[in-house]
This record gives sequence, C-alpha cells and structure tokens, in this order.
Amino acid sequence: MKLRLETAAMDVLTVRLFDTIDESNMAWIIAADQALRDALGEALIDLIPSYTTLLVHYDCLRLTFVQATTLIRSALRHLTPAESQNGQLHEIPVWYDESVGPELGGVAKRAGLSVDALIERHCNHDYCVFALGFAPGYGFMGLVDEDIATPRLKTPRRKVAAGSVGIADRQTAIYPLLSPGGWNILGRTAVPLFEYAKRGEPLLRPGDKVRFKAISKKEFEAAGGDTTPMEERS
Amino acid sequence: MSQAMLTVKQAGPLALIQDTGRFGVGHLGVTQGGAADWISFRWANWLLGNAPDSAALEIVMGGNLTLVANDEVRLALTGADLGATVDGQPLATNTSFLLRSGQTLIFSQPRRGLRAYLAFPGGLNAPEVLGSRACTAREQIGGLHEDGKPLQTGDQLTWQGSSSAKRTLPEGAQPTMPEKHCQLSMVLGSQASHFAGRSLYNAFNQAWTVDNRADRMGVRLTGKPLRSSLGGIVSEGIPLGAVQIPPDGQPIILMNDRQTIGGYPRLGALTPMACALLAQCLPGTEVRLAAISASQAQVAYRQQIQAWQ
Repeated sequence: MKLRLETAAMDVLTVRLFDTIDESNMAWIIAADQALRDALGEALIDLIPSYTTLLVHYDCLRLTFVQATTLIRSALRHLTPAESQNGQLHEIPVWYDESVGPELGGVAKRAGLSVDALIERHCNHDYCVFALGFAPGYGFMGLVDEDIATPRLKTPRRKVAAGSVGIADRQTAIYPLLSPGGWNILGRTAVPLFEYAKRGEPLLRPGDKVRFKAISKKEFEAAGGDTTPMEERS
Repeated sequence: MSQAMLTVKQAGPLALIQDTGRFGVGHLGVTQGGAADWISFRWANWLLGNAPDSAALEIVMGGNLTLVANDEVRLALTGADLGATVDGQPLATNTSFLLRSGQTLIFSQPRRGLRAYLAFPGGLNAPEVLGSRACTAREQIGGLHEDGKPLQTGDQLTWQGSSSAKRTLPEGAQPTMPEKHCQLSMVLGSQASHFAGRSLYNAFNQAWTVDNRADRMGVRLTGKPLRSSLGGIVSEGIPLGAVQIPPDGQPIILMNDRQTIGGYPRLGALTPMACALLAQCLPGTEVRLAAISASQAQVAYRQQIQAWQ
C-alpha cells in the first residue's frame, strides 16, 4: 500500500492506494473510507470508494485545496486495514437458465465446461464487493475463476432485465434495474438490490461478500422471480 | 377554490424537475443529477426569494412545451432563450413575471443557449428520494412520479409557497449564454502526465466542436484526437466535469447524470462554472479548453456563490 493524493477536479481529490485489483485491497479501502468520513465530517460532500482508489469530493466553501490535502494526508497517516469479518455475507439464489441467461451456453463452451460445471464454478467462491457504481446498488464483484473469465459482449444489449447475473472478464455483478449492458448474462435472481422508491437501502456494500446459489425455476418463481425471457439483442 | 397549479397541455421533448442534485449517495452508485446549468438555476430561485436548492424545471430545447395556469402565480425564467411566450407575447429571460389564470406559457425553440430554468414560489412539489427531487431517467429516480421520467402531457405542477419575492437581477449578473465560441476552464488531473506532449498541445490549442452526442450524462467533443499511454485504467470514481479520453481520442465531458465510476483515462475536469456554460452549448459550438489551478478555480467559485448572499 502506497498512498498517493491526486487532483481530480476543482474540489475533488483521488486517494490512490493500489495499482491493481486484489481482494486484499478492500480491508485498506474500507479503513480509509471510515477514516476520511471521520476526518472530513460536514465538509465531505461525497466519497466514492473503488477497487484501488477513493474519490473525495469536499466542500470548498469550508476547506481550501491546501486544507483539504493536509486533512486527508493526516487522516490516512496511521491507517491500518479493517477487520475483514466486518462485511456481511449475502447468499444470492440464482436461476441459471438459457432463457434468462442467454450467454450460459457460450461461456461454458468457451471455458470447455458443461453448463452444470460452469454454474458450479460460479457458485463456489465468496466474491468480494469492490465498489458500487454503474447503476444504483450495482456491485462490482470478483474475482471469478480464471477459467470462466469471459470478455464483455462486442455489442452491448439495449435492455438487460433487472436481477440479471453476469460476468465480464474476472468480474461478476447483478443488474439492480432494467438497463443497457454488455456483460455475459448467466441467470437471474429475484432478490431486490436497491428499492429506493420504497425508501430502501442497497443490499450490497463495498467489503461485503456474495455467494451465489443455484435454484430451480420453481424456487425462483416461488420467490417472486420474473421468468420473462431476456429480450433478443438488436 | 382548487389548488393553484400549472397543467402540462403539451410536453416538449425534455422538461425535467431538478434541484441542486443528490449528494452523499455517490458511494451507493447513485448519480449526482441536478440542474446542469446550476448558475442559471440558482438565479431563477433567487429571483423569487426561494431557498437555493428549491426544485425548478429544466427545459431543454423547448419543443412547444405548453403550460396553462389555473390561478395567478409569479414565476421566474432564466438560462437559455427558448422563444418563450405568454398568450403569444414574447417573454424576457432573467426576470420574474406574473402568469395569470387561464394564460398559456409556451417554449418554442432555442434562440440562444439550450436549457431554460423556470422557478416556482417556494419550489416545485415532488417526492424527495435519497435527499433530492432531481430527476434521472436512466436510474428511474426522482421527478413527479418517482420514475425519473420527464414531464408528460397531463402532468400537473404544484408548488410549496403561496407568495414570492419580486427581485430583479443585479447589473452584470446575467449568466452568459454561449454563442458560436466559448472558453471552458479545466483543472488538469494527475493522469495528464500520461498524455503525449503533442496531445497536451492539441488539447489546449485547437477549437473543439460540441458534438450532437450530448446529454445530461456526457458531452462529446470532436477534434484532433488525444492519445495517452494509459489504455484502460482500473475503474474509479469520476468527478463532475471529468474530461475522459476513450480509445478514439475524442473527449467526453462527464456531466450531472454521469456514471459514478468508470475506467477511461482523464485529462482533468472542467470547473463547475465551465460545466454550467457547456450545458448551454448547442451542437456545433466551438469550445477551447483553458487550464486553471484548483485553488484559482475555488476563488472564482466562491465569488460566484457570494453573488447570492
């Protein structure tokens, strides 16, 4: 871990802790997140942690550029990694099926595995939530088994159904709401990720762990899942 | 008597309820949103004596957006000149005005600038979601019906206050609407050192053209391409105004409805004042980038905020 403080915008600094993605980064990122929230208090407008960085948007009516950089440096001077047990473990039931996961066959074939073996590989790791972004409640997770890592679709879909579970390279994620997207979709979950219209909180937070569990169509339907097949790509 | 309201007789292409935006939720993946030309937006609220973050309408292009009043109300109009009329009579921008019961307010098409702001006494009524009334279609968040959709024909607008101040803009305070050319201040980011010398030269020494691929998420500029030695980068948080350089070398300026994290190299970020100006640029406008330090930009920002105090 080597701390670098970089200018991102007039009132925004990037705190860079690492250069490459690694699950062990998260204990440091989570610790830095908390230290920065404590140090900046009311002067903090937004703080966006990601794989290797934290983006700090501070209120420049309260802190000058120099004050902000000094405060951030001193807040992170004696940083120690957060306890890894702090994050929650979420078990997410997924109905893996070609009708709602159109890339299931293609990804399996590319990896030289049967569909069942692919599903097993996707389910046998507790994935780390690295960051929320792209859409509200959308968690970037990883790292998936190198054997099943698959590049993004050449042409993104216009519409990816809410609840879709996909992979892109060594990352995996769940689409919280209907949106465009280019990930390889393997299945669908009925678990709601972020019901802000109902004033809910996002299910996933950076530092959490996610374990996928394969379920049958019947179980998916019983959980209130929408079995409408994925729209064809146009 | 029924509640005072404006009825949307005809929805234009894009009229959105906006406030200053959604803050403190970026880490949940929720975009900032808010008025793209925040300076004109703040003046609209100031003209009525409203709180600075009161919800107002952001009207893009006009497109014959037609609003009818059922009672007398004082409104304030700032930002772009979209050829607004009341019962066929031209309406000046940067003033407040009385709309009387039965009168019709129409926004036709842009004559100067792109986005007009219409403020209401005490601010528009709309449900607050995650601390804001700002409306973002992509995230299906905010707006009258909490689905992020722009105004629809038949919508009814109501507001929080029963009366408002009647202020006039101080001399020289009119926000400038760009015409054919304008200059945008940019704070250089740390990744700028990864751009070739020739590209850094080209960034600041050519007129960029505002492309028609421009919306509240991002505005694309076209010109001589910029090259950096960074391919993709590990996805990280993106600030407002970020000047992102995708592989084709044509910059995308990330605006209010941007994704919160992304993985393209960045040259820097426009200042919030420059973002407000860019939000008023029609496609075809020529823009030049000018470097400014973060500290200098903050001085200009504080001066701008003081105008409303």
